[in-house]
Amino acid sequence: MKYVIIGNSAAGIGAVQGIRELDKDGDITMISDENYHTYSRPLISYWLKGDVTEEGMKYRPNEFYTENKVNALLGKKVVSIDKKNKTVLMDDASVTEYDKLLVATGSDPFVPQLEGLDKVKNKFTFMKMDDVRAVRERLSKNSKVLIIGAGLIGLKAAEAMVRFTNNITVIDLSERILPAVLNEEASHIMKHHIETTGVRFVLGTTVKEFSENTATLTNGDSIDFDILILAVGVRPNTELIDAIGGKVDRGIVTDDTQAVKGFSDIYAAGDCTKSHDITSNTDKMIAILPNAFMQGNVAGKNMAGGVAHYTNAFPMNAAGFFGLHIITAGSYSGEEHTAISESGYKNLFIADNKLKGFILMGDMINNAGIYTSLVREQTPLNEVDLALLLEKPALMAFPAEYRKEKLGGQR
Amino acid sequence: MKKVYVNEERCLGCHLCEFYCSFAGGGETDMAKAFKLGRVVAPRVRIEESKDINFAVQCRHCEDPLCVKSCIAGALTKKNGMVEIDKAKCVGCYTCVLVCPYGCIAPDKKSGGKTVTKCELCLNSAAGEPACVKGCPNKAIVYEERGEQ
Ligand SMILES: Cc1cc2nc3c(=O)[nH]c(=O)nc-3n(C[C@H](O)[C@H](O)[C@H](O)COP(=O)(O)OP(=O)(O)OC[C@H]3O[C@@H](n4cnc5c(N)ncnc54)[C@H](O)[C@@H]3O)c2cc1C
Ligand code: SF4
Ligand code: SF4
Repeated sequence: MKYVIIGNSAAGIGAVQGIRELDKDGDITMISDENYHTYSRPLISYWLKGDVTEEGMKYRPNEFYTENKVNALLGKKVVSIDKKNKTVLMDDASVTEYDKLLVATGSDPFVPQLEGLDKVKNKFTFMKMDDVRAVRERLSKNSKVLIIGAGLIGLKAAEAMVRFTNNITVIDLSERILPAVLNEEASHIMKHHIETTGVRFVLGTTVKEFSENTATLTNGDSIDFDILILAVGVRPNTELIDAIGGKVDRGIVTDDTQAVKGFSDIYAAGDCTKSHDITSNTDKMIAILPNAFMQGNVAGKNMAGGVAHYTNAFPMNAAGFFGLHIITAGSYSGEEHTAISESGYKNLFIADNKLKGFILMGDMINNAGIYTSLVREQTPLNEVDLALLLEKPALMAFPAEYRKEKLGGQR
Repeated sequence: MKKVYVNEERCLGCHLCEFYCSFAGGGETDMAKAFKLGRVVAPRVRIEESKDINFAVQCRHCEDPLCVKSCIAGALTKKNGMVEIDKAKCVGCYTCVLVCPYGCIAPDKKSGGKTVTKCELCLNSAAGEPACVKGCPNKAIVYEERGEQ
């Protein structure tokens, strides 16, 4: 059996592990245009900050490819798939055959069409190792940094850069930071926390026009900068599947075995795909690492002839900014149950007798996974001690039988 | 694979396992001294208690561990049935705290929350057998084979 995996990151690695659980000997070829041993993408900000070394960023040990008998072709880009002859073509004109193919091409930064952006010399995106290397080379203590986008990536970039300069401004069209992850209250708390470090926010506005070192905003203000970071969002890499007529709706559309709709031997996983969010019952992009790994893992098992389904995706995030941590999951609709502590915040969202989502911050994050399991399993809340769960996540709230099964080794 | 199991019916809620756990991981040899010095207690076993029941919970070393699959840094691995953490690789993002269904992995207070900590069955410490099992006065925590992977 010949397996080809395009992408050398979380989804691709998940697939290798999935394949190897069932097929110890099949040929695995992994292709990536990034010329690095598999590394953890989220760790690029930790590297820039100086918390981890390049060695420490490795997502799997140095022996991973040899131990799993993976032929890693790094620094090569796949330019097309020939689904009739079952081959992929690379940018150096080489061709590789496959029996089963996985597209795990991830996402690229979305670059907005802003007037005058082409005049800005020092502009960067914040997605890849090479991006942060380039930023690192430019950064000094006199740098004036402007970050467009107050989402997770933009704020992680800000956190990494305060070590170098105290002149950092983050702007966002949204009226609040982390708009996709936090509600208004939690967003407010986080904003105040981050502002104490000297990072400035300009919200509810965007750039009308750039000159080389100045951004003129739609509200009339202007901001001088010498480093511009574009972090407004990501765009799934779907071109390869698009070109062969596979179904794409923003992301690549797959079934729950991760097979691309309409194909039996082509799979897709990770940031390049669309997921089904069980908490809102809608299809959406869920661009997070655990989702990528698990989808890849399911794809790998199916490619190797096993049976696996990925049926319980939902958005979730764990992130810390300047020491204040947030853990969130699911969707934020339904009846709200809020609690505020000295250094924490919590909000649970309940609808249809189920926990649909939650936002936890600061000292409220402990044992969060117990809440997440209620979201993942969509546990009917009348079967558990809801009053206790509203107070804190506890296994005590589950029926004794359930505990016996889960904790007693009967499951 | 031998694992740590708790018999709810026998648990007194005395918290001794927490003490033994903190002690086992702290490298401190004199328990009284360890606590008097006000060392941060970071036990990898958690007691849940109510009027009627008490029980201790620690990492289940799950057959299909969500924490390992979700770790953004590759710091968690499962080897020979045990889920281990490489604290040098952990960046303290708490994704594992987000996904563990049992609440069995937690910010490590000793590192000021820069990494997480969890039960590693005392295999890496001098005790040899889990300290909580050894120290439990009522055999409410046992270390035995129940056929789990
Ligand atoms: C700064 C930052 C912080 C983040 N923090 C978190 C976090 O804390 N928690 C979390 O869960 N997620 C986080 N994420 C998101 C997470 O990194 C992604 O969800 C995850 O990396 C997706 O994995 P993937 O394998 O699908 O794709 P990717 O990691 O994007 O990898 C795809 C790979 O395929 C390669 N490729 C693409 N097209 C081709 C082609 N045609 N030929 C060859 N190779 C190709 C790409 O170059 C890339 O190497 C963060 C992302 C960023 C940028
Ligand atoms: S930390 Fe939690 S998810 Fe991980 S193996 Fe232990 S019990 Fe399972
Ligand atoms: S806190 Fe550490 S062990 Fe947990 S997911 Fe993050 S890097 Fe991995």
